[in-house]
Amino acid sequence: MSYQNKRFVERDRNWHPPGYAPGYKTSIARSPQQALMSMQKPTVSELSGPDFRKLRMGPHDNDLLLNFRQDQSPGLPVGERIVMFGRVVDQFGKPVPHTLVEMWQANAGGRYRHKNDNYLAPLDPNFGGVGRCLTDEHGWYRFRTIKPGPYPWPNDPNSWRPSHIHVSVMGPSISTRLITQMYFEGDPLIPLCPIVNTLKDAEAVETMIGRLDMAHSKPMDCLAYRFDLVVRGELQTYFENQ
Amino acid sequence: MQQPNSQPTSALMLRETASQTAGPYVHIGLALAAAGNPTRDEEIWNELAKPDADGEQIEVVGTVIDGNGDLIRDAFIEAWQADANGEYQPEFDLEKPFNSFGRTATTFDHGSEWSLKTIKPGSVAHPSGTPQAPHINLSIFARGINIQLQTRLYFDDETEANGKCPVLNRIESPTRRQTLIAKREEADGKVRYRFDIRVQGEGETVFFDF
Repeated sequence: MSYQNKRFVERDRNWHPPGYAPGYKTSIARSPQQALMSMQKPTVSELSGPDFRKLRMGPHDNDLLLNFRQDQSPGLPVGERIVMFGRVVDQFGKPVPHTLVEMWQANAGGRYRHKNDNYLAPLDPNFGGVGRCLTDEHGWYRFRTIKPGPYPWPNDPNSWRPSHIHVSVMGPSISTRLITQMYFEGDPLIPLCPIVNTLKDAEAVETMIGRLDMAHSKPMDCLAYRFDLVVRGELQTYFENQ
Repeated sequence: MQQPNSQPTSALMLRETASQTAGPYVHIGLALAAAGNPTRDEEIWNELAKPDADGEQIEVVGTVIDGNGDLIRDAFIEAWQADANGEYQPEFDLEKPFNSFGRTATTFDHGSEWSLKTIKPGSVAHPSGTPQAPHINLSIFARGINIQLQTRLYFDDETEANGKCPVLNRIESPTRRQTLIAKREEADGKVRYRFDIRVQGEGETVFFDF
């Protein structure tokens, strides 16, 4: 494949959160002080990326209701059963097919299955909190899970994360690689959150909110939240060399 | 709210989904073994090259250090590199001896070092005609990092190629270029390169926007 004519729409770094966002305390010592080195002409190294169609996935990799079931005492996780789904498109609205979408989250009580999480809310024996899938040929992805709970964290004296699901998407190259968080429509913790508030632009926050989608809910079974992901637009450069 | 620096064409395009930090528990989602959790049949992890891969087998190790000089023990890193011939192999397939893509992480264990088992990449073409020196693209995600930090690892035994690399030479400060050069070590007959990433302050690693 030739990458000579490939280009991605420039990332708007005033739209994304800045590295240094002091309301989120950990960013203070973890943000570069020097300017980023802008590559005027990204090379094949930046314009290419992995394709995961040959990664062998398990049958329940995108179903968190079933993928951490205990063999000894099979049961379902406790919490609000939901489908989380959406489409991955680029900035020109073009679907991004066959791309890897991964997610991880706390359980219904806001507790992560991670040894460093010491929050007193208990683990759920039937919930692991990790999922992955590839988008289909039209860019759609879907997970089935339980809605995560909010949890406290040591930032301000009384900071709580809104309910959220961490979402990771690759897109067509390492230039489009993105990790974000999906929040839930209407959650009053969203505007209080120092991590959400690393964004300066209220419209950018809207891009991270999953919407209740009654049409895609399953009666007497589970609700649905729709969360579309937009990755950088892919361009062709028509006149490269003068 | 007025958008500062909005692009004139932005009304014609969708806006990219905004980035958020990967947070403290990124490992449960993207580095299951490092989190000490059960793994699935196939995971994307830090062995890019099997012993039968073409090229020189190397290990790449390092730490990630914050602005206070303290170790970052919850970083997640993705690597993207060419094969020994300088070609990228986009098709990720664990059956193959080499994959261009891999992941690693720092935790509270193993001295908080990350490591990649790979082969030394070949020189990659550059549109200018002067080849790029061998390098590995690295993206760093962690709690406190709101959008991933993108850098490149070069090799200290490629002095001549590094001196000519069109990307390395774009960095104005020669001192700062040195922050991208991994140091070769030999231990137990194995070749290892050490690359510590300093996210802030003295010796701050160069990070790219592309």
